[in-house]
Parts: sequence; C-alpha cells; structure tokens
Amino acid sequence: MNYWPLAGIAIVVVGFALRFNPLLVVVSAALVTGVLAGLDLLAVIEALGKAFNDNRYISVTWIILPVIGLLERYGLQQRARAVIEGMRGATMGKLLVAYLAFRQLASALGMKDIGGHPQAVRPLVAPMAEAAAVKTHGDLSDEARDEVKAMAAATDNVGLFFGEDIFFAIASILLIQGVMESAGYPLSPLQLSLWAIPTAICAFVIHAGRILAFDRRLGRAAK
Amino acid sequence: MITYEWLYVLAGAAFAVWAALSLKDGRWGNAAFWGLLAASFLLGSHLSDLANGVLVLALVAIAGFGGLKRSDPPTTTPAERQAHAARLGNRLFLPALVVPLTAVAGTLLYNYTPLGQTGLFEARRETLILFGIGVLAALAAAMAWLRPPLLAPAEEGRRLIDSIGWAAVLPQMLAALGAVFAAAGVGEIIGGVAGGIIPEGSVFVTVVVYAAGMALFTMITGNAFAAFPVMATAIGIPLLIQADGGNPAVIGAVGMLAGFCGTLLTPMAANFNIVPAALLELKDQNAVIRQQIGTAVPLWVCNVLIIYVGAFWLWH
Repeated sequence: MNYWPLAGIAIVVVGFALRFNPLLVVVSAALVTGVLAGLDLLAVIEALGKAFNDNRYISVTWIILPVIGLLERYGLQQRARAVIEGMRGATMGKLLVAYLAFRQLASALGMKDIGGHPQAVRPLVAPMAEAAAVKTHGDLSDEARDEVKAMAAATDNVGLFFGEDIFFAIASILLIQGVMESAGYPLSPLQLSLWAIPTAICAFVIHAGRILAFDRRLGRAAK
Repeated sequence: MITYEWLYVLAGAAFAVWAALSLKDGRWGNAAFWGLLAASFLLGSHLSDLANGVLVLALVAIAGFGGLKRSDPPTTTPAERQAHAARLGNRLFLPALVVPLTAVAGTLLYNYTPLGQTGLFEARRETLILFGIGVLAALAAAMAWLRPPLLAPAEEGRRLIDSIGWAAVLPQMLAALGAVFAAAGVGEIIGGVAGGIIPEGSVFVTVVVYAAGMALFTMITGNAFAAFPVMATAIGIPLLIQADGGNPAVIGAVGMLAGFCGTLLTPMAANFNIVPAALLELKDQNAVIRQQIGTAVPLWVCNVLIIYVGAFWLWH
C-alpha cells in the first residue's frame, strides 16, 4: 500500500503546531496529498477548486454580521451586561450552566440554530458571562476575561455537540444510519438517537462541574 | 423555487460591498481578498474547476502573506453605546432573535405543514435559506427602527468580518481539503493501519482503538463525519459488530460521539474552535480548545465505557 498520501496529514499537524497561517497549511496539505497519491498537480488544483466551490454554503452564514454589528452599534453588548448586573445572585457559573442546559435541550429538540458563535456567544453569552464574573469577583485581568469568554464559547460547543444527536432527523444520525444500512444493519434513526442520551448526561455533568470549578478558581485568584 | 444560488448572490453582494469599502479605505489586501470571495460567490457556478482552483490559491496567497488587516470603520463610542442601550432597553434583543426564530419556526412549518408541498425551497435546503430570509427581515426591522446612516450596517459588518479575517474562509477550505483527502484515499489507508494494530480476542481493547481512532481521525480532518465511515468500515462493523457480536446502534451512535470529543480538541474544527477565538478577539488562538480539554478527555472515557457496557454487557 502507498502510505505517502499521509504526508499531507503530517503537514497539517506540523503546520498548525508551528503556527503558520492555517489557510496556507491547509492548501499546501491538499496539494501535497493529491500529488503524492499520484494525481496530476493541475488535477489537484481543479479538485480543490471544485470542492471549495461546492462548499460555499458554509461561508454564507457571515451575512448575519451586518445585523449583529448594527445592534452592537446601538449597545447590544452593553445591554446584555446590564441585564446580568440587574439580576440578583447571577454568577458566571450559574449563567453558563443554565446556558449549557438550554443549548443541549434546544439542540435535542432540533433547534440547533438557536445559539452559535456569531449569533449568540459574541453578542450575548460572552458579555453576560464576563459581566457576571466581574460582578462576583471584582475587576479581572485581561487574561482572566479571555478565559471567561473562551469558556462561554466552549459551553456553546459542548451543548451543541452533545445535544444535537438526540434529535433523530440530523445529518450525523442519518450518516450513521446510511453507513450501517449499507453494511447490512438496518436501524431506525430513533434507535440511534436514544443512545446519544447517556453521553449527553455525562457531558452535562462533566462540563457543568468544570464551569463551577472555574468560577470558584477565578474567585480565589481575584482575592 | 428558491435555491442556494440565491443565497450565493446575497453573500456575494455582501462581500462585494465590503471589498468596495476596503478599497475606499485604502486597504488593498482586504479589498482583494473580499473581492475574490465575492467573485467566488457571484460567478463560481459558471467558472471552470481550474479557475475556481486558481481563485483559491490567490485567496490563500493574500492571507498567507499577511495581506489582511483589521479595520476601524467609524462607529459609536462606548459612552454612546451605553446611552443607546439604556434608552432602547431589552427591545435590542428582538432583531437578533428574529434570525434563529425564522430559521427554526420556518423549518418546522415547512416540514410539518402542507407548506412543504409547495416546493418553494430547494429540497433539504430550507433551513439555511430561511436563515437568509431571517437576516434580511432582521436587517430591515433594525434599519426601520433605529434609523442609522444608510452605510452603517455595511461598515459595522466590515468591522466584524475584518476582525475575523482569514478565519472566515477556513471552514470552507477545510471542507475542500476533506474532498482532496477522500480523492487521495487517505481514509482507506488510516482504516488499514488502525485495523492492523488490534490484538485478537480483546473486546475492550478493540472498543478503545475504535473510539481512539474516531477521536484522532476527527482531530486530523476536523470533522467527525469524515472519520465515521472510515472507522466504522475498518473496525466498528467487521470487528465489534460481526466478530464480537456488539449492538450496532450503540457502536454507531456512541462511536460518532467519541469523534465529537475529538472535535473539541482540534484547530482543524475551525468553525467551532478558531472562528470563535477570532470573533471574541481573544489573544490566544487556541483559548477555546484549552477550555475544552478538561471536558473532552473524561467524556471520551465515558464514551468508551458506554460502548463497552451498552453494546456488549447489556446486549448479551
């Protein structure tokens, strides 16, 4: 067997580790992999161009930026902070755990488009979490603020990934069903989505515990 | 019928406006980058594969050599924002909620009422198309309500897209890399290697290799969808289901979730890990991944145990 196409993977790993520009890394890996697999360079460029063109729908979502930017111009982030400051007993921990539960449940019901980084985390969840952390722990260093915002983004990801598969009409479940069926194991989407529940519960327990531990650690560091 | 092509025209128009504003601002690199992306959206369906490929190489050359810079279009000051926020109150959230509500409620209506039989939208494309409609509705509502200068949404959008920079096209580029990997047969090679290192007779070790393969291959490609068919056909189906007699539903569903743990750990999953770091203007590009390690690793262990217990103990 020809193992040379794996060099493309090595380029990706080394390129990311050395912090080269990721676009440069990805395209170099694609060109090298294709050529080492025995394809003609021109054919690899064509394959890359076709695949990039076929996947344009991925980048369509940026059309939301004018809406978010316009609302930010009129104080959306400031308003999100004010809401939290007005709540008694709102801590960063409680807020993010509540968002985790909301994101998992909404995704499990098929509403995975509520939430997401440009729509929800940047304008709402991250400023709210930051405001709550400042409210309980006093002023925070820039590093601590970045950690809080990163935790808000991480919570959105965990909630989405380990909620969405409970909803049966989702791409990943349909992919599993398709692969299993072509191997001679017909399964219903519901059988598959039921088995996403134990992992969803583990994800909630583990990540909620980590959020609360992070909040306590920030409190100790601030003192 | 409304198809993706309509969305591409919309996105192409947005990128073209950002390119023109960058040009006016004297930011040549940004103008060229967003201009090429606009060309891809507006003309891509009519260009040859080679022309699209050359366009990709040009995009990468601009970004790779530092041609993209942040911008600071005119906007409101923090004090003005505070005053606006106090005056406008929680109604500010409404336009932001219009977008997801249009997408979700529209999808449900379209799929569960006779509306779906009208064939208004391209099949299975309704959610993203409704997202686009939601954006237009939210923009129209916000413009009518707030009455900002006409160019304000374009300039505010440019401020955000320039802060994201090259990361904005990374997810699409990674999808293209996945297609090249598939054409080069990378999946089959990995599957062969993973299948070769498993000792016979140990169900638990096989489960561990299967779950580890899902996580690692997902980390490499940035996408559990690319990993699943490879690991399922290399290990999941021939070894765990056929040789060891495991429950196919558990092996399929929880195997995929073991892959999702890998998604939390890799910069290749740019949409989830790198783009938010740029959006939130974090100093460390890997800050989101750092916060996810402590969840992903124990959760991966849970998935191994769930497969072992659910697919074998409870099944026999």
